[in-house]
Amino acid sequence: MPLIDHVGVDRIYGPFVLLKGTPDVGFGELAQIRMKNGDHRLGQVVLNGEDATLVQVFSGTSDLVPETTAVRFLGRPLEMKLSPALIGRVFSGLGEPRDDCGPVYSAYSKDVNGSPLNPMARVYPRNFIQTGISAIDVLVTLIRGQKLPIFSGNGLPHNKLAVQIANQSQLVGEENFAVVFAGIGVKRDDAAYFMEELFEKGRTKNMVVFLNLADDPVIERIATPRFALTVGEYLAFELNMHVLVIMTDITNYCEALREIGVAKGEVPSRKGYPGYMYSDLASLYERAGVLKGIQGSLTQIPILTMPNDDITHPIPDLTGFITEGQIVLSRELDSRGIYPPIDVLASLSRLMKDGIGKGYTREDHPDLASQLYASYSRVQDVRALASVIGEDELSQIDISYMDFGKSFENTFIKQSYDEDRDISESLDIGWKLLKMLPRNELTRISKEEADARLK
Amino acid sequence: MEKQGIIIMTNGPVVKARGIREFAMHEMVYVGEMRLMGEIIRIDEDEATIQVYEDTQGLKAGEPVFGRGEPLSIALGPGLLGNIFDGVGRPLGALYEKGGIFIPRGIKVPEIDTEKTWELEPEVKVGDIATSGTVIATIKETPLVSHKVMVPPGLEGEFTFVLPKGTFKADVTVAKVRDSRGQEIEIPMVQRWPVRVPRPCRQHLTPKEPLITGQRVIDGFFPIAKGGVAAIPGGFGTGKTVTQHQLAKWSEATVVVYIGCGERGNEMTDVLEEFPELEDPRSGRPLMERTILVANTSNMPVAAREASIYTGITMAEYYRDMGYDVAVMADSTSRWAEALREISGRMEEIPAEEGFPAYLPSRLAEFYERAGRVVTLNGDMGSVTIIGAVSPPGGDFTEPVTRHTKRFVRCFWALDKSLANARHFPAINWVDSYSEYVGEVEDWFSLNVDTGWSELRKRAKDLLAEDERIQQVVRLVGEDVLPDSERLIAFTSYLIKNGYLQQGAFGPDSFSPPSKGFAILSLIMHFYDRAFALIRQGVPFSLLRGGDAVANLVHLKELSSEELEAQLPKIREKLDAFMEKTGSERLAARGR
Repeated sequence: MPLIDHVGVDRIYGPFVLLKGTPDVGFGELAQIRMKNGDHRLGQVVLNGEDATLVQVFSGTSDLVPETTAVRFLGRPLEMKLSPALIGRVFSGLGEPRDDCGPVYSAYSKDVNGSPLNPMARVYPRNFIQTGISAIDVLVTLIRGQKLPIFSGNGLPHNKLAVQIANQSQLVGEENFAVVFAGIGVKRDDAAYFMEELFEKGRTKNMVVFLNLADDPVIERIATPRFALTVGEYLAFELNMHVLVIMTDITNYCEALREIGVAKGEVPSRKGYPGYMYSDLASLYERAGVLKGIQGSLTQIPILTMPNDDITHPIPDLTGFITEGQIVLSRELDSRGIYPPIDVLASLSRLMKDGIGKGYTREDHPDLASQLYASYSRVQDVRALASVIGEDELSQIDISYMDFGKSFENTFIKQSYDEDRDISESLDIGWKLLKMLPRNELTRISKEEADARLK
Repeated sequence: MEKQGIIIMTNGPVVKARGIREFAMHEMVYVGEMRLMGEIIRIDEDEATIQVYEDTQGLKAGEPVFGRGEPLSIALGPGLLGNIFDGVGRPLGALYEKGGIFIPRGIKVPEIDTEKTWELEPEVKVGDIATSGTVIATIKETPLVSHKVMVPPGLEGEFTFVLPKGTFKADVTVAKVRDSRGQEIEIPMVQRWPVRVPRPCRQHLTPKEPLITGQRVIDGFFPIAKGGVAAIPGGFGTGKTVTQHQLAKWSEATVVVYIGCGERGNEMTDVLEEFPELEDPRSGRPLMERTILVANTSNMPVAAREASIYTGITMAEYYRDMGYDVAVMADSTSRWAEALREISGRMEEIPAEEGFPAYLPSRLAEFYERAGRVVTLNGDMGSVTIIGAVSPPGGDFTEPVTRHTKRFVRCFWALDKSLANARHFPAINWVDSYSEYVGEVEDWFSLNVDTGWSELRKRAKDLLAEDERIQQVVRLVGEDVLPDSERLIAFTSYLIKNGYLQQGAFGPDSFSPPSKGFAILSLIMHFYDRAFALIRQGVPFSLLRGGDAVANLVHLKELSSEELEAQLPKIREKLDAFMEKTGSERLAARGR
């Protein structure tokens, strides 16, 4: 069927244009909005009825003239062309080339919205990824196929940490490893930092980048992570690669979602964010995993900056309900010069229980992790007490907790940006720290284990 | 000819159609050329609002809508157990075989595998009286559960045909009944039931027996009764899902229905991989043989999420009607409420609190009221216990879903972020949680565990409450300044928290029968009594906490219940000996 130009639109408001009398348009269909001067923008049908169609324009509606704007419905959803030649390329937030290598030619393309994975097709992720960072490997273990976000705040070194994880992650064979980076409303400097560190210094040359910069159109941000994940799924499940998808900053994505929701006049839920934000975020985060009969895997590290460092803000809150844990960065540790400033008590890896211990990391790992958590949590109580009555008044046991806490932060959590610790090394540091505490206090470790490890 | 309307508008999961005067409210429909599943949720003159259970991308105005002639219903019959279904009752295994790794749209598969054969054992003969619920035949569905094919509710008469003993596919007619008007009605092995309608029973009874869960904090402190309702609220990372999995694994129910409502895909995979490997502690058979999974993961269409809760509870009621104790885990009811909110928003209804529709509390009540211990239509006893997880945003228990849920449940297991941060699991807070079933199940515990059960529970709880007060002082001035009697309370509470309440989800302690919990707790309280007496005689507390026999109290839970039972007298003897020795030495020294 030939594509028809509908000339003239009836309403323009926010990021939307409304057309009357356009039958035969599908929900979610892609539209091309052509201006008189020959420029064109992309849009998507967000509501279609018998007598009117609402199109959301990705690059915004400024300069559109109602009389002369023509809309052409393309009869297909927003798609990404897929081929192995994608590797090494840089695209815009809408999947258009941003480098000088020209368009991607491929007969194969996929809807960027993806489809829900059948839980029957999944394999429960169990393979440990060594990141070389003690706090993560021992206490917030990253598993291949996991979605583990970094909850950060403005000014904290989340980018550095994400790069260190990407560069140090030991996945079988570099050939097989790829990084897909989605910059969602990122600053030019941040984008440059990622490109430089990953492309030039990183272990892998297999990278695909999607960039929506801070000054690019806001509505595009809705599409950017979907393009990245579509490419990620293609590399992982069709080319059998181990893919790490880094998405930053999810906060910008949610802001865009709110902007569209408000413009559409929807009933808002908490803090003005749309009621469907949970489902919407899930449609991104759930696109990770390991599948039956497929070699590759897709691991996600989304980064979000918590507004006012508030973990109960809807964005980190809803994210935490969907993702398989979280790595929380602490401003307090950061200000004390501890890198990586991981707040281990608030951090969690939901998949670690099945991916550590005998046959995976080392058999003493689960109990050690549990004990370190319990002891470090006690440290917080003791510190609170010390701030009231003064350190001098503390009991002997409490003093040993204070010492343990200090050493834990300075030798276990703290490490340098390019320090790549082996898992056994990290575990041994943990055991060494536990020797600082009286044996009676170690309730999470069985007697046999304590006898063997705490000689 | 099929009834037909046409689409006039599409807005995400909500579609409007015209020309539907012959359609019924809540009728199931097929939407568009792709025949996506949907349900009519509002009728306005000639226009209907339809919620669509599949992704609506590509739907055009003018496409047809077909009526199915029945409300949203699922097939009930042998083959449900051990299987996983989506929110509207389609088996995900069959979808995977037919559709591949992604769930395609508009796909149709039989809800119950009609190719599979079953050994049928008739229980009635021609000429017998048939009433609602009469068991016509039994089928060994799994080694754990014998499936009863029943006369559907509302049908009475006389059997004119009964299928003889033999092996049959699921699509057979098992019996024919001539009703009072002389009509002969066929009863198929697989029957359909509308999910939003509770299955009838003869009488509701008050709960009396506890549902043993193998979790000490629940069985020992906040027990739930068979036929009861409980809520587990908790922010993210507090262990709702792990607790739900634990309950699904170890609850003393014949059938467990686990509804994954808007949760992670990997969690369902976890159950699918783990349950066939795990043994039922009572029968030694794989747990999967008694489990049904209903999965609407967070990225599946939102309307099907709304339906998944009803699909799950209907399956549970079906097994209840066979006379079984069924436990339903719904994880999480907040996602279901949010699905309601999303659909309501798209219908442009006026919202009540935080965007939730005003009918949220009545929907919650309808769901939780489907629990209960009942006399079934055939005079048997069965029960449905509902345990619903709630995910309050920001861990704030004052939000609408938690608040309204609290009105309809009688058991509240509040999960606590700070306990979770200290990796104290299950992170059920012993101050905020409550169970109204304690009075009703006390007798059972006295009879089956120990006559001192209620007394012990009360003493331990009082001690913890007292400790809560003491801890506030400790936070201000430290432990050293406390009098010895209070330090003893603090220490005993520490023993209770670490040696009794805390329980690993893996390893031998994963399932702890009530007798084991009782033994541990009574030993800890025994220590308290002895120590209290000694302290009153002037023995300093610091001497009493030092011994190995005392430190060992937190490790008792690592023993299996048989080991503990065997070693109990010796452990108690060692503890007594230590107390005796410390006490007498000290008192002798003072006497000198």
